[in-house]
Amino acid sequence: MSAADLSTLLVWFATTAFTIALLAWTTDLARIAERSTARRSAAAPVAEPVAVGAAVGARTGSAGGDRAAVTPPAPLRSARAEGIGRSTGTLGVLLLLAGVVARGIAAGRWPTANMYEFTLVGVLVAMGVLTVVQRRRALPFVAVVVTGISVLALALALLVFYVQAEAVQPALQSYWLVLHVGVAIIATGVFTVGFASSVLQVLRDGREAGRSHLDRSWGAADPVRRALAGWKVTGRRFAWLDQVPPARALESLTFRLLSVGFVLWTFTLIGGAIWAEHAWGRYWGWDPKEVGTFIAWVVYAAYLHARTTRGWSGRRAAFIVWVGYAVVLANFTVINLVVTGKHSYSGLG
Amino acid sequence: MNATRRPEGLDDAFAEAPAEPTVPAIGLVGWARWAWRQLTSMRVALLLLMLLAVAAVPGTMVPQRAQSPEKVTAFLAAHTTAGPWLDRLGFFSVYTSVWFSAIYLLLFVSLVGCIVPRVRLHAGALRGRPPRTPARFGRFPAQGSGRSDDEPRVVVERAAAVLRAPHRVPFVRAYRVDVHDEGQGTWSVSAERGYLRETGNLVFHLALVGLLVAVAAGQLLHYRGQVLVVAGHGFANAQSQYDTFERGSAFDPSSLVPFTLALESFDSSFDPTTLAARDFTAHVTLTEPGAAPQPATIKVNHPLTAGGALVYLQGNGYAPDLQVTDAAGQVAFSGPVPFLPQDSVYTSRGVVKVPDVSGGQRQIGLTGYLLPTAVQMGTGWRSVNPQPQDPLLVLTVWSGDLGLDTGVPQNVYTLDTAKLTQSRTADGQPVTILLRPGDTVQLPDGLGQVTFKALPRYVALDLRDDPATGWVLAFALTALAGLAASLFAPRRRLWIRARSTTDRDQGPTVVTAAGLARGDDLGLDDELDRVLAATVGRAPAPDDDPPAGTSGEVSAQEARG
Repeated sequence: MSAADLSTLLVWFATTAFTIALLAWTTDLARIAERSTARRSAAAPVAEPVAVGAAVGARTGSAGGDRAAVTPPAPLRSARAEGIGRSTGTLGVLLLLAGVVARGIAAGRWPTANMYEFTLVGVLVAMGVLTVVQRRRALPFVAVVVTGISVLALALALLVFYVQAEAVQPALQSYWLVLHVGVAIIATGVFTVGFASSVLQVLRDGREAGRSHLDRSWGAADPVRRALAGWKVTGRRFAWLDQVPPARALESLTFRLLSVGFVLWTFTLIGGAIWAEHAWGRYWGWDPKEVGTFIAWVVYAAYLHARTTRGWSGRRAAFIVWVGYAVVLANFTVINLVVTGKHSYSGLG
Repeated sequence: MNATRRPEGLDDAFAEAPAEPTVPAIGLVGWARWAWRQLTSMRVALLLLMLLAVAAVPGTMVPQRAQSPEKVTAFLAAHTTAGPWLDRLGFFSVYTSVWFSAIYLLLFVSLVGCIVPRVRLHAGALRGRPPRTPARFGRFPAQGSGRSDDEPRVVVERAAAVLRAPHRVPFVRAYRVDVHDEGQGTWSVSAERGYLRETGNLVFHLALVGLLVAVAAGQLLHYRGQVLVVAGHGFANAQSQYDTFERGSAFDPSSLVPFTLALESFDSSFDPTTLAARDFTAHVTLTEPGAAPQPATIKVNHPLTAGGALVYLQGNGYAPDLQVTDAAGQVAFSGPVPFLPQDSVYTSRGVVKVPDVSGGQRQIGLTGYLLPTAVQMGTGWRSVNPQPQDPLLVLTVWSGDLGLDTGVPQNVYTLDTAKLTQSRTADGQPVTILLRPGDTVQLPDGLGQVTFKALPRYVALDLRDDPATGWVLAFALTALAGLAASLFAPRRRLWIRARSTTDRDQGPTVVTAAGLARGDDLGLDDELDRVLAATVGRAPAPDDDPPAGTSGEVSAQEARG
């Protein structure tokens, strides 16, 4: 078997491992929801108003009180599911790492030259960051989002983005292929985890505040609202949210991840400009990919500013994170596949 | 969010300035002041940032003149209603449009207006002392306490030494420290670190301003020229020698260094199976004024430095060397003609324009394709390899008036057929002539003959000198460093107070400590524990939970509100 075939096989194995990890984390999440619902109904019928009241109190910020109010006496997690999630996730990371290395050997160069390889390494970084973040405490929801995105991305890579391993065209023959693209991939992986954490933050925030957009009438679209009534963030399906860290701890996690991501993204922009100066004779030319990277940078800069602006911190800042992640994804997919520019390196017809 | 977490009574430089009351004073000055205050507010900066992101989007959706003018023309032809409106609104040159420029200029004005007062404030803070120890530690996010056998003054001096000592970063004082005698045997120490955080933040923003200025300076001072050089030929660095030349308004053409550059040969290699390009190398001879000719190479990603400018290899192709003799036997045209590659196998398109040299002759236009490795496919030909393994020229012939004498500049790659007639066979098909290197073929209609003498390579070179690029890079890297400092350098204040107590069971001196950080700071509690443990004069017990009554005991509690 050639190194290229071995690489593809390893990537398939890694995808399988991540799928099992995804199932395990989903089971864990479902189990938490189930048990906390069971515990709640086993307690007095007044349990729910009390819990909601406590959550509201915590949000307005009584020192030290929130943790006690929302943390139940014993963990509700499924130890077995978490164990499977962690071990298959780690196994997948190792398999994917081997797959990426084999790909590099097969192509005889650093494996970040096309969309297939970019996705592979990006998933490797995202799952690696997830493993590090989960080292001390399990965050099943973040794990579900990140693992889910990773499985989708790998499937997309194998089925759509796949190109043969080979040497690259002269414009890509530079050490910047390692630095610029490598850092861009790491930043994308970090942004993925930051995005998952901000989604969790908003959900948790909504539950802490005891407020849902599904409570009020949607006017003409009200039948849609009624159909979604079971998915209230304050409802039973989201009971597992009581198990996750408080919204402010998640906000802080999001910020730390995005700080790292933003610095890496800034380096990606600067490194890209230096490389463009070497390869194309200008450091900035408003190429679609350059514009996309710039827009993502501006959006994440807006997030950093929003955090310190009164009335924009917390939930609203998290929405900016979602926009930023959407721009990062569009910059990778739409710009590479639909728009023609100097960064059209996907290798796909 | 930070505001709610900060204990009261600490609204100095650490706290954000309270929102200015925005009551517009009467009169123009009042309005101007109000507008300025609005513009420099964080809320408006945030809005402008979002606007900038949105305004940059159309440039990826609609073709841009600067990048692909031919696509703009096609777009305008396809959208006759919306096109002219988009054009009027600047959608085909988004990044130089009035509205895009207005947004980023307002953003930078807002930035300067916000940063300059902060620089002044920070310059004062850099000379300032840590704030005095607060009377009560009860509301601080990090707290700790312990007992020591030493006198309060000794304990506090030791705390000051611990805080001053470099930690993590060698040779750099960790904290700025003040020791206070609070009277009645109570001593305290206040310490502050992390001025680097605000310094980094200010450096980042000022570097962005510098970056903008450097880019603008580059726009004024740069020049860029494009030239096509056939192997065996060369050019001199003068504006007239370039096929296209573009310069900033402050560039002085007489400052061009008159070097000459000759293309000796050009090497290319392609993947044998996929035919994808693998390497392009131009071997050139560079002669700078007053210096001996130097051999050099230019590759993609490896520009050549010549006369202060950078020479980039941007393209390559074939330039068939042709000679056309007219019906009178005069050589009407001779020389290499660059053909432009159209695909990955270098199917190249070109035009030969032959003037009339002897009286009474028609002008001749030859147009068609060069196929580096020609293979017959049915009635036509196509190239199967970018390397010249079996080159073939496939040309059709036109004659009449090329329009060369009108004085209007012409595109050398297109043939204006308005006043030309195409040579046709008896059955009305256009005459196609096929030429291989060395062939001489008679032109139809008694126009003369054409010889395919050789097939040299050519390269497209891009010359550029932007004296501001070094500044652009320097400001960009400064911004990156400032950003990292502003995001990762922790800003902390620690206070430690020691007082004597009559309760001598656990040591005569009670030590209390409090810590405050700006923003999220996971390390604050660990830092407080580290300093406190060193302060009480005893290494913490090896087990986490020392038995009660041990002197030098430290208990830290977390009270994040």
